[in-house]
Amino acid sequence: MGEDMVKQDVVIKKKYKKRSQIKSIMFRYKKNKLAMVGFVMFIIMIIIAISADLIVDYEIDAVTQNMKERLQTPNSEHVFGTDEYGRDIFARIIFGARISLFVGLITISLSLTGGAIIGATAGYYGGRIDNVLMRIMDIFLAIPSILLAISIVAALGTGIFNLLLAMSISQVPRFARIVRSSILTVKGQDFIEAAKACGTKDSRIIIKHIIPNAIGPIIVQATLTMASTILTISSLSFVGLGIQSPTPEWGSMLSDGKKQMRYYPHLVIIPGIAIMLAVMSLNLIGDGLRDALDPRLKN
Amino acid sequence: MLKFIFKRLMMIIPVILGISFIIFSIMALTPGDPARLMLGENATQEDVEKLREEMGLNDNFVVRYFNYMKDVIRGDFGISYRNRIPVFDEVFARFPNTLVLAFWGISLSVMIGVPIGIISAVKQYSIIDTVSLGVALILTSIPAFWLGLMLILLFSLKLDLLPSTGVETWKHFILPSVTLAAGTMATLIRMTRSTMLEVIRQDYIRTARAKGATENRIIFKHALRNALLPVITIIGINFGFQLGGAMVIETVFAMPGLGTLMITSVRLKDTPMVMASVLFVAIAVSLVNLLVDLLYSYIDPRIKSQYAKS
Repeated sequence: MGEDMVKQDVVIKKKYKKRSQIKSIMFRYKKNKLAMVGFVMFIIMIIIAISADLIVDYEIDAVTQNMKERLQTPNSEHVFGTDEYGRDIFARIIFGARISLFVGLITISLSLTGGAIIGATAGYYGGRIDNVLMRIMDIFLAIPSILLAISIVAALGTGIFNLLLAMSISQVPRFARIVRSSILTVKGQDFIEAAKACGTKDSRIIIKHIIPNAIGPIIVQATLTMASTILTISSLSFVGLGIQSPTPEWGSMLSDGKKQMRYYPHLVIIPGIAIMLAVMSLNLIGDGLRDALDPRLKN
Repeated sequence: MLKFIFKRLMMIIPVILGISFIIFSIMALTPGDPARLMLGENATQEDVEKLREEMGLNDNFVVRYFNYMKDVIRGDFGISYRNRIPVFDEVFARFPNTLVLAFWGISLSVMIGVPIGIISAVKQYSIIDTVSLGVALILTSIPAFWLGLMLILLFSLKLDLLPSTGVETWKHFILPSVTLAAGTMATLIRMTRSTMLEVIRQDYIRTARAKGATENRIIFKHALRNALLPVITIIGINFGFQLGGAMVIETVFAMPGLGTLMITSVRLKDTPMVMASVLFVAIAVSLVNLLVDLLYSYIDPRIKSQYAKS
């Protein structure tokens, strides 16, 4: 009988092998089909963006005007057709992916860094510093982020660098808020108290206990913000305040194509689908991560 | 309650001051001379200097900010740097267009989004649920201005049913409002669904079922009221977002609204025009947030009793 018990114990252990937290999060994420679709879409986009030069030539296909071949509808030579200056739309879409991803990633890293510093300071010190910092953030939050970005771009002038700066500044308050609240919820919990009582060093508490427990919502927010950043960049470029032609950017391609929309709808349909797929992949990843990190939220 | 409203109205003031200061600094501290802009490239340096003195542009920028705000409190928003018309008239003439657009954007998204969210939650995992979640996912990923272009393509250019530009009749507002509504509608569908699902599992819903209340009564009387709180927050937050989004959508549909005004003025460094538009938007957003807070207390009596105490 004793032997049976041991056997059962082994079976149970095999069945319910203890997983580390990251592994179980990955497990839950992988089970989510939509989230995996988003992940695969995003990876494909990154591969395309990185290897853009291998697929098409930037100068010849994406930028140089070729009036002889202008305004072709999709055909065997130009899969997505050509625009009003005879540039291959497929090439421009591919290089546009590079710009969108680049601006999106940089914006996220800059605004996350800024937001983390402000939010962590506010959350850690509390009291008056917290109050002052967060009230300033509230004021920034009351301005619609696209409006803030527009005024910054207008002030500094258009261009990729200024666009990055504008987008990052307008996203900082959102991250400051979420970092602060994550730190506050973790800070007050018993296991931090317990770690302190055991004499754990502050650095270890921060690295081992606070960061892993606070980072979930921040990552989710970062993914979703990257999605909305890509949307905002294309909106800004569309109204002429973002990336300027001839640089291939999806939003400015749309605004170029708008004029010819009536007779050549492919000029506006294709870049729009590109934006949609990019944003959707990030939204799917963000939703999937949120569900995987906190299964209670999933209905 | 009145005291609370008053207190909240007072809280708008620092926000407005903060926003106006940020925008004013951005506009003031960057290159570009308004006096030169007004007189054109051919004006002499003396003329430009004279105008700068007249406009008070040579003062310290903090002084200029205070002077500007003093005028604003008296209701004087200054004259446009670009075409020298009073800013207030221009902004006031365009503001209704943006407001009507934002109003219909919000209304449509609530009228469609909330019921769909409820149905999705009540019939979880049904075909309706899957389809509406799928639609919501697509709508959140579509850039609003692109949706606008697609609607123009379909309804104005191909079917020739609706006008694509202008604001003359109510028909002109249909496409922009639908475009603006789409994004918020998608958020509302998802939000309503998830809060409804949470509420439906509560004990008091089981109690209501046990005592034999009809399904309709349970959903509308017991569940909805509790599920709506977070939804209303989203609506409030989205109103500001809507006004921002309206800026881009106005460009797509070439509507003479605040957004198109703001974009052109920002480009031309027409500071008084930008300031006035931003202030109008900021005040509108703050008032809507106040309204949302009041709605809270109407829907949730617990919150009301908190106000009564304080």
